[in-house]
Amino acid sequence: MNKEDMNPPLGVKGMKLYDIAHSRAGDKGNISTLSLIPFNETDYKMLCEKVTIEKVKHHFSGIISGEIIRYEMPNISSLLFVCQDALAGGVTTSLRIDTHGKALSYKLLEMEI
Amino acid sequence: MKNQIRIGCGAGFSGDRIEPAIVLAEKGKLDYLVLECLAERTIALANKRKMADPTKGYDPLLERRIETLLPHLVKNNIRLITNMGAANPIEGAKKIIEIAKKQEITIKVAAVSGDELRINTIDGISINDLKVFGNESFSLEMLKNEIHPEHSLTSNSQLLISMNAYLGIEGILEALQADAQIIITGRVADPSLFLAPMIHEFGWKTDDYDLLGKGTVIGHLMECAGQISGGYFADPIKKPVENMENLGHPFADVFADGSAIISKVEGTGGIINLQTAKEQLLYEVINPNEYYTPDVIADFTSVQLKEIAQNQVRVTGGSGKQKPKAYKVSVGYKAFWQGEGEISYAGPTAYERAKLAGDTIEKRLKSQFEEIQINYIGINSTFGNWWLSEAEAPIPEVRLRVAAKAQTHADAALIGEEVEALYTNGPAGGGGVRKYVNEVIGIVSVLVDRNKVLPQISIFKS
Repeated sequence: MNKEDMNPPLGVKGMKLYDIAHSRAGDKGNISTLSLIPFNETDYKMLCEKVTIEKVKHHFSGIISGEIIRYEMPNISSLLFVCQDALAGGVTTSLRIDTHGKALSYKLLEMEI
Repeated sequence: MKNQIRIGCGAGFSGDRIEPAIVLAEKGKLDYLVLECLAERTIALANKRKMADPTKGYDPLLERRIETLLPHLVKNNIRLITNMGAANPIEGAKKIIEIAKKQEITIKVAAVSGDELRINTIDGISINDLKVFGNESFSLEMLKNEIHPEHSLTSNSQLLISMNAYLGIEGILEALQADAQIIITGRVADPSLFLAPMIHEFGWKTDDYDLLGKGTVIGHLMECAGQISGGYFADPIKKPVENMENLGHPFADVFADGSAIISKVEGTGGIINLQTAKEQLLYEVINPNEYYTPDVIADFTSVQLKEIAQNQVRVTGGSGKQKPKAYKVSVGYKAFWQGEGEISYAGPTAYERAKLAGDTIEKRLKSQFEEIQINYIGINSTFGNWWLSEAEAPIPEVRLRVAAKAQTHADAALIGEEVEALYTNGPAGGGGVRKYVNEVIGIVSVLVDRNKVLPQISIFKS
């Protein structure tokens, strides 16, 4: 899939995850954890269907280079993405400005669905 | 045995605000106040201060926090549990006693130590006792190489700064049984700071892993203080938070069955609802089925959250199984010197000139530095080039940032010097140069057998 395929057709405003969900990023070594929590719990099933590991991998290509595991948590109607090799070597020795990858949560929310 | 206790969390990291803890101690009707003040790297930095002065190495804000909190703690009969001891809990305890004496307050303080490990024959720990943690992208061989190119990890290594095991509830429990009013620890797993008073007050057995799992869930929700009450959550469009400037920190009414109600002092700013609780429940969790602490392997997948009133969330469920056989150990080492320089460009062709400056710097420095990072702040500094679109409207201003890894302070300083030299040797109109040089402490995590680590307590009285 190239970048153009990810964009909505001209003149149609695509819905972003930001419109229906929120997220918090956490870090452990070189791992980034990204939660995805729908404001409305009835959207949980739809998120499970649409926000696949493949889609998240593509969305973060160039930033997250490792394996991504997706945990489904029906008890709180939320998803958790655990991303390996996401922080340019790890929070303590990365040259990035945002060494913790705190902003990656909002990167996830930029995804169009 | 009690059926219910109230635990407040007044700090979620070393640099946290002091005021919310005072509000909790003054008006929160607490039984316990927890101040969680250690991030991954904090203890390595603290150890550097201890090496320079053996009476230091505890939290830099300890004096300010204790001086303001102590009168409220004593007046309201609140016990304090904190990991502000960092690399030196014993000296931290002595400092608390000194402050209490000045305030003419009689108090019993316990220091929990034993987390600090040394690799040598006296402590009986060798490099072979360390096991690499989880699926991280390094091996013990790489660790050895990072610590020193040719030699193995030794206690007299110039590059090794600290080695601390994450202790669990043991030392804190002993201190609570000894009636200490203030308990100051070194490295302890964050949820254990909360779990210990639950076990102490409710008489939970330390092998009742179901209850320990429930208590760990509550501790995990609380440990980042303001992060469950609207901090690190607010978004003015989708997640508005009122009265942010007076953000209140949380307290939990914990019940003997392992459930809790999380709330905050009335009149404080912030918000506690399903959204804040869910974000915090999943924060920094790498496997919700198995959340490892030194006390239990907790399961978050059966946790239930319910909003029962304004700013009140009830937590039920969660479970646990047998605690791990090993302790997690954080190893701090001198990784490299980081040099940085920044300069701003504004107006027409701001980005083009910033880009010319970045390219120029890269050409000037690339033969001397293996890893150079060029960021255009305002365009791609957090998300990388993906963000940069040619079709965007003209960019009003761009800040160029250059960062590189170096082996010495002098080499690292070259980065900022080259950025500063752009004034007369670079594109037109650059301004506002800042230069930075920092020694970077790296942290790697390993595992060590429990029987190599011995938690201990020391009691002090004013």
